[in-house]
Amino acid sequence: MLGYLVRRLLFAIPTLFLAMTAVFVLARVVPGDPALVILGDQASAEALAALRERLGLDRPLLAQYFEFLGGIARGDLGTSLVTGKAVWAELWSVLPYTIELTLAAILIGVILGVPLGAYAAVHRNRMPDMLTRLLSLAGLSFPAFVSAILLLLAFSIHLQWFPVISAPKVDDPLDRLRHLALPALNIGLIMTAYVTRVARSSMLNVLNEDYVRTARAKGIGSLAVLWRHALRNALIPVATVVGLYLGTMIGNSVLTEIVFNRPGLGKLILGALNLRDYTMLQGLMVFFAGFIVLANAATDIAYGLIDPRVRYQ
Amino acid sequence: MTEPALEVRNLRVEFRVAGAWHAAVRGVDLAVAPNETLAVVGESGSGKSVTALAVMGLVSAETGRVAADRIRVDGRDLLGLSQRELDRVRGDRVAMIFQEPMTALNPTMTVGDQVAEALRAHRGMDKRAARAESLRLLELVRVPSAASRMDEYPHQFSGGMRQRVMIAMALACRPKVLLADEPTTALDVTIQAQVLGLLADLKREHGLSVLFITHNLGVVALIADRVAVMYAGEIVETATVEALFARPQHPYTEALMASTPRVDRDIAALAPIRGQVPSIREVGAGCAFAPRCSLAVDRCRTQGPTLAPSATGGTVRCWLRSA
Amino acid sequence: MSAVATTPPGLARRLRGNPTTWAGIIIVLLVVAAALSASWIWPVDPLEQNIADRLMAPSAEHPLGTDSYGRDVLSRLLHAARISLAIGALAIALAMILGSAIGIAAGYIGGWFDTVVSSLLDVLLSFPTLLLGLMVVAMLGPSIENLVLAIALTELAPFARVARAPTIALKERDFIEAGRALGFSDLRLVAVHIVPNLLSEVVVVASLWLATAIRTEASLSFIGLGVKPPTATWGGMIREGFENILDAPWLAVAPGLAILVTVLGLNLAGDGLRDAVDPKVRRD
Repeated sequence: MLGYLVRRLLFAIPTLFLAMTAVFVLARVVPGDPALVILGDQASAEALAALRERLGLDRPLLAQYFEFLGGIARGDLGTSLVTGKAVWAELWSVLPYTIELTLAAILIGVILGVPLGAYAAVHRNRMPDMLTRLLSLAGLSFPAFVSAILLLLAFSIHLQWFPVISAPKVDDPLDRLRHLALPALNIGLIMTAYVTRVARSSMLNVLNEDYVRTARAKGIGSLAVLWRHALRNALIPVATVVGLYLGTMIGNSVLTEIVFNRPGLGKLILGALNLRDYTMLQGLMVFFAGFIVLANAATDIAYGLIDPRVRYQ
Repeated sequence: MTEPALEVRNLRVEFRVAGAWHAAVRGVDLAVAPNETLAVVGESGSGKSVTALAVMGLVSAETGRVAADRIRVDGRDLLGLSQRELDRVRGDRVAMIFQEPMTALNPTMTVGDQVAEALRAHRGMDKRAARAESLRLLELVRVPSAASRMDEYPHQFSGGMRQRVMIAMALACRPKVLLADEPTTALDVTIQAQVLGLLADLKREHGLSVLFITHNLGVVALIADRVAVMYAGEIVETATVEALFARPQHPYTEALMASTPRVDRDIAALAPIRGQVPSIREVGAGCAFAPRCSLAVDRCRTQGPTLAPSATGGTVRCWLRSA
Repeated sequence: MSAVATTPPGLARRLRGNPTTWAGIIIVLLVVAAALSASWIWPVDPLEQNIADRLMAPSAEHPLGTDSYGRDVLSRLLHAARISLAIGALAIALAMILGSAIGIAAGYIGGWFDTVVSSLLDVLLSFPTLLLGLMVVAMLGPSIENLVLAIALTELAPFARVARAPTIALKERDFIEAGRALGFSDLRLVAVHIVPNLLSEVVVVASLWLATAIRTEASLSFIGLGVKPPTATWGGMIREGFENILDAPWLAVAPGLAILVTVLGLNLAGDGLRDAVDPKVRRD
């Protein structure tokens, strides 16, 4: 198991390198002149030159590339052009909010989605299945900010069950939970739609497997067949989808955080965009790219934990 | 005469194909005496596996339906039982071994746990007792170093070893009746012989009644006491194994034997049966084998024969051969 | 029962039995028709401001009310449909052409080129569309062209992947070898023998990802990286409407529902289309 873990992590390194190179191309090469992007068309030649020097954009591209990679290797994501603080520091201050939101959403998605999907699969092509399929497709069709606005309107503004402005008091767990509820529900329900779909189709496949028939023949009861034999095997693809969905979920968190005015990565990105904080954006890109490559590796490792066949290959 | 351990009367199994119901098994009667092995022989599509699945209540209600006058195991009627009541019998009084050792075991559960499962469900054993008994069973089916291998997963076992695990699982609760669906077909010839030998030993020691499903006449000769030959969802001949090989009665049995290689005959004498088993949608009036039968007369094509006593003391479904 | 052979029914017949697919197709057609005939259905200028009539609730004169500049929301909604659908369709067309070309090239050339391109595509595929689109537009600056480019870039990978695998299989076939022996150029061989074989799968991918493209456009516009005002897009309208969410919730809700209905329609249609074209992935 340890060997598998190490191998998978080593395998992530070339991918990480490729991803970082892609970020560099996107940040430095694609825009032509980043200084012009930051300062706009009306900027004076002197101002542009000064900014180029400050960002090291006046040096050869290859030198910039190696410096960029060196920075990442040292764990340095750069400093914000606007605040002068390290990008890491800014990230650390908001990351807990986003992680809290993401974990809550995964929890909601898995707790609701897996049983729903399994239930739909067992009742295939009957009313509950049709309804589940239609609802999950509808869930997939919601842009996160539209559903967020509808939730906000219904529960915060109309029913007033939850606060409108979601900046919680940090040291009050109950208040934190109250502020977390709606945003988490928003992403969690979209997540539920994904998980339901995958759980259903994977459960359908598993129910046709020979080993499920073997389990039925043992007379251990239909609940034990579903739980011990079908569901455990059906969860393997579900785990993969949850892992692959982490990236999309950050995208949804960004939109949700904006709607609920909640601190987190979303507001950090939005702020950087509005202030044209170029170095901040570049640092965030590096962070996201690294996060997604590592999340994929973690997904594969989780896969190995559930499926013994993968571990021993 | 002692009561049969397994008795099936007038079994009919239908499947829904493209919106219409078609019978895959029609009017099948079977009886297996205690300590007897009945081989059910036929080509794929003859309905032999479906028969066993129907006994176990494993025909999916979504696509199939089962009707019979009687399905009795060890003195218990299985017809009309609820799923819960059925679960008390299957895996306990009657167990089944499946053909595919590669796919019939749960890949994410250790071999030991899979054997222990039925013990815990039917015998109410606690974890430790079930584990000890599983170990004994794995040793019984001659899995080498069973004590350490019982914590491994099926993919770490060879095909033959998996089939032994399968047998251990089936025998866990000392069933009276064992349904074995082509248990050796997917195995190499040498492994096949070992597994057949194991089954024969276990049958003798435990007094099992075995319904052995196979398409392989060589295996039948090795293991069976009596034989039922199935064609297109019906039994076309029953006989003791000696009588069947000495004097096959039904033209289909004859053709089946002529198409099987034998040590005592020239390979050039092999005669494949022309044509194909009809699909369950194609069976009409008349004898189902008539289109492929070299002896068929007009009557065979218009009127289906009934199962009647044969010259060798068994039964045969043929206008020309019934005694 | 495996013994029963059924001839695979035609595409239309397979779709016929699926009411949800048809519902999806009809929804999409209705939205497209409404977008195309916007000025005819509701002949009101979407840009005409009337400050005196700002933030009016829905009425007979303004069925969906007016926005904070007193512009008619229904008219803006219909005209926004044009822009939003056009950006989505253009982006998908671009992604389809570029992605397929990359996939075919990777599969046809093979070797280390294929290895590098494939791992890059894997990274791209796992990168969330919204974040990638956001980064690209942020670097390029917001405009319709850059929006199309960014969305196309985020959706290259699925097309490349779907084009690559069959290319690898096809290039080993006799007719390609024969063509090479006859001295035809690789480009010609690809155009004549490989591209037609990929078409149906690529089109299915396009129908499925069009929904995502429209959603991404709306999300980017909502964040403020979309088409510049006063041109109406659905995402942009929600952005403007969200500022008045307390006084005039319909400003954000109406375009929100428009996006939802369109994307749901596309998803329903795309799902059915995929099941009909590719029996391998058919869900029972």
